[in-house]
Amino acid sequence: MSEMTHDDAHAEGAHASPGFYWMIGGILAVLTAIEVALFYMKPPMEQPLLLILSAVKFAMVIGYFMHLKFDSKIFAGVFMAGLVLAMFMVSALVVLYHFLPPQQVPVVG
Amino acid sequence: MAEAVLDPGSGQAGGHDASHDEHHYTATGLSNWKVGFWTFIGSECLFFGTLLSTYMVYKGASLEGPYPSDIFDIPLTTLSTFVLLMSSLAMVLGLDGVQKGDRKKASFWLGVVVVFGAIFLGFQYYEFNHFVHEGLTLDHSVFGSTFYVLTGFHGAHVTVGVIWLSTLLIQSLRGKLTPDKALQVEIAGLYWHFVDIVWIVIFVLVYLIP
Amino acid sequence: MSDTTLAPETAPESTPSHDVHGGHDEPTGLWSWITTVDHKRIGIMYFLTSLVFLAIGGIEALIIRVQLFAPEQAVVSAETYNQLFTMHGTTMIFLVAMPMAVAFFNYIVPLQIGARDVAFPRMNALSYWIYLFGGIYLNASWLFGAAPNNSWVGYAPLTSTQYNPGLNADFWVLGLSILGVSSIMGGVNFITTIIQLRAPGMKLMRMPIFTWMTFVTSFLLVTALPVIAVALILLAFDRFYATNFFVAASGGDPVLWQHLFWIFGHPEVYILVLPAFGVISDVIPTFSKKPLFGYPVVVYAGVLIGFIGWGVWSHHMFTSGLGPIADSFFVATTMIIAIPTGVKIFNWMATMWGGKIRFNTAMNFAIGLVALFTVGGLSGVMHASAPVDLQQHDSYFVVAHFHYVIVGGILLGMFSGVYYWFPKVTGRFLNEKLGAWHFWTTLIGFNLTFFPMHFSGMYGQPRRTWTYSETLNVELFNQLSTYGGFILGVSTLIFVWNLWKGVKSGEPAGSNPWGAATLEWSIPSPPHHYNFPALPTVQSREPLWHEAERKSIEVVTLADPEVEPEMPNPSYWPILLAAGVTATWALVMTGIWWVPLIGLAFTAFCTYMWAFEDPFAKKGAAGEVTHG
Repeated sequence: MSEMTHDDAHAEGAHASPGFYWMIGGILAVLTAIEVALFYMKPPMEQPLLLILSAVKFAMVIGYFMHLKFDSKIFAGVFMAGLVLAMFMVSALVVLYHFLPPQQVPVVG
Repeated sequence: MAEAVLDPGSGQAGGHDASHDEHHYTATGLSNWKVGFWTFIGSECLFFGTLLSTYMVYKGASLEGPYPSDIFDIPLTTLSTFVLLMSSLAMVLGLDGVQKGDRKKASFWLGVVVVFGAIFLGFQYYEFNHFVHEGLTLDHSVFGSTFYVLTGFHGAHVTVGVIWLSTLLIQSLRGKLTPDKALQVEIAGLYWHFVDIVWIVIFVLVYLIP
Repeated sequence: MSDTTLAPETAPESTPSHDVHGGHDEPTGLWSWITTVDHKRIGIMYFLTSLVFLAIGGIEALIIRVQLFAPEQAVVSAETYNQLFTMHGTTMIFLVAMPMAVAFFNYIVPLQIGARDVAFPRMNALSYWIYLFGGIYLNASWLFGAAPNNSWVGYAPLTSTQYNPGLNADFWVLGLSILGVSSIMGGVNFITTIIQLRAPGMKLMRMPIFTWMTFVTSFLLVTALPVIAVALILLAFDRFYATNFFVAASGGDPVLWQHLFWIFGHPEVYILVLPAFGVISDVIPTFSKKPLFGYPVVVYAGVLIGFIGWGVWSHHMFTSGLGPIADSFFVATTMIIAIPTGVKIFNWMATMWGGKIRFNTAMNFAIGLVALFTVGGLSGVMHASAPVDLQQHDSYFVVAHFHYVIVGGILLGMFSGVYYWFPKVTGRFLNEKLGAWHFWTTLIGFNLTFFPMHFSGMYGQPRRTWTYSETLNVELFNQLSTYGGFILGVSTLIFVWNLWKGVKSGEPAGSNPWGAATLEWSIPSPPHHYNFPALPTVQSREPLWHEAERKSIEVVTLADPEVEPEMPNPSYWPILLAAGVTATWALVMTGIWWVPLIGLAFTAFCTYMWAFEDPFAKKGAAGEVTHG
């Protein structure tokens, strides 16, 4: 595996070396293994840790495999519009259904 | 790739010639297809976000089992997750092959993506079958409904991806995926990676967090 | 700060059109329209189709008004009444207002940014054909005697098979799903077009506001439509495959439908209104001979409206028992969103202030929007207060509110756009005398129809009910509304008559008959099929109001090119693919899970053929294909 830096790898339109991508793939595999280990070990703060790990994996695939980190910010802009709203919607509905005090009208969960 | 600016430069005074190249003119120097596809992926975030919201809203709402903890096979799902993740790696390697004009490398890695995608679908099929045998059907409980619709639509997206990539694989084997066609492979890659990251989210929110 | 210079005193000399019938050397005939990928033709098709659906939705409204003319009537049955108001709402929103805006996006935006077409011309055609087929599918339900009857919001469990076993809700669920695909693709197309195809010098902050509002609306389309797409999928699964998403007995929650629907539904109303705001933001400066006051603020306000619009949806659910914490959040966000909207109102008024105002029909409708939308906004702000809304919800007060903003706002904005851009599209003027009749009958008919509804609502007349009791004492208001409705019908006929006359024998118009500032007015009327012989370079927000800039542009835009620019070929795959998509969804209605797969296979086939088609392939004299 070559020791190329990110700048070298992404200068002037060149894409990273295959070695770099293998490294990313390896990190993703390791993170997944950690997630599963956490699932079985069930330490305190298991859930926030799982969320953080999966967020890191998410960001790595987007940033490196999908090359968003090195491409024009326009792509990130149109993508983030959707992602931010989606995250807002999921959070809002989870709060509305699971974190508000119970109402007279029976609600779920 | 150099950062493309959002606004077009001032260009030559009075305008360009009506050359053949003008129908490739863009204000940003980026590809229309890539801009359009990233926008589409943004919209797909809302599609899966809504399915995921529905699953999350109904967590714990089923009136009868089987419940997630009864039937989830985490080791198996971990394996299929790993397969999908590695297929994303194969995808970037395949794109690299196309960009370098290396037909063998491109075909090999695109083939790996197709095979791994098919394996993932195989795991899904097996899992669904198993769950149905355990009594979890689409109409049995809200867990059944939300689980199958969420993972089912994800699986449908994977299927479309496998078909798409198979088409590119055939093109590659026939020597037609030359470096100037790399954009097509890149776009297919964006789709495939997106399908992967949706699964990353599903894996943690559906399987790992009860 | 803002540029308060007036437009040039003498209108820039507009070149007389050299061909008033359009299609300078363009193919004519049905096949050329079926296979067109030209944004201008697609825009015209969208507009004409939306007019047909306007007539259908209008007739549905008039039957409603006849039924409600007096208490306890039975002109139609209760079931038919439910179908009428459901189809009226669904038609007007999805088959009229949205497509009419898209008609303008299609025709005008590429011309305003200096582009030859949109980014994806075939997908553009596909969006239109899916709209047409989806609209036909939805209305085919009338022929089955099973038009949707669940109101345009389709609340669960009314849409469940338990309470609605017939085909009605099936048509609704599947029809809207089909239409949603069209809108999402359109959104992707226009976002890409606006980012990518602006002419040299056309920075984002130099684009006409109409294009800016198209941009924001397109983001709303691609983000909000997927939400209702999923909601409809969930409902379809409940109806066809016995799932439990909205079935309370199995642990589902009907209120979830409301959430998902309104998470779409509120951005949807901004999808409806922002284009109209965009239209008048171009019209008002032109006929005030003044640049738009506070251009950046108008842009930011539009973006803010789009963004905040995502945070207000449960103000439609104040009576659904969400509780005080949730309610308070949505009260706050709803009141906040009134601010950027109000800002725009002030910007338009400030534009007119000190300007040299020309009160023609386009301008009258634009001013009408400003006034009537404000009225609708006032009742809207009243609804924003949850305790007040508990009284108003589901009453005619709400009906008054949204008709003021939708008809008084959006429809008037669309009419303004038609009178403004008709000369560009056809090379002819609409008749101003008929236009005056159209405007005044609209204004009178509209207010007569909907103002009394504030009162009947306050007196307690519920909406969506086929009769009302005499003791409610709302008969007078209903009579006024019915008279007003028929006056509106007459005004629409006048409009259509004016359109017809205009196309046939309107007074010829040149490239810039209004002396306007923006780029679409620098090319002939109607434009060549390639729009611009060469791409012009832009240096300001009002390119045609700066003499040197205008001259340098018109040298390019009014010239005849030595070689005609290459444009993509027509294609029949869009209409075929649209048929495939429609068929796939329609076949779900059979309830047999594998039947839609037949439609899906056809759709996949069309997709493949499309993907391998070269839009720029040329056919040589011997029929051989070369690539341009």
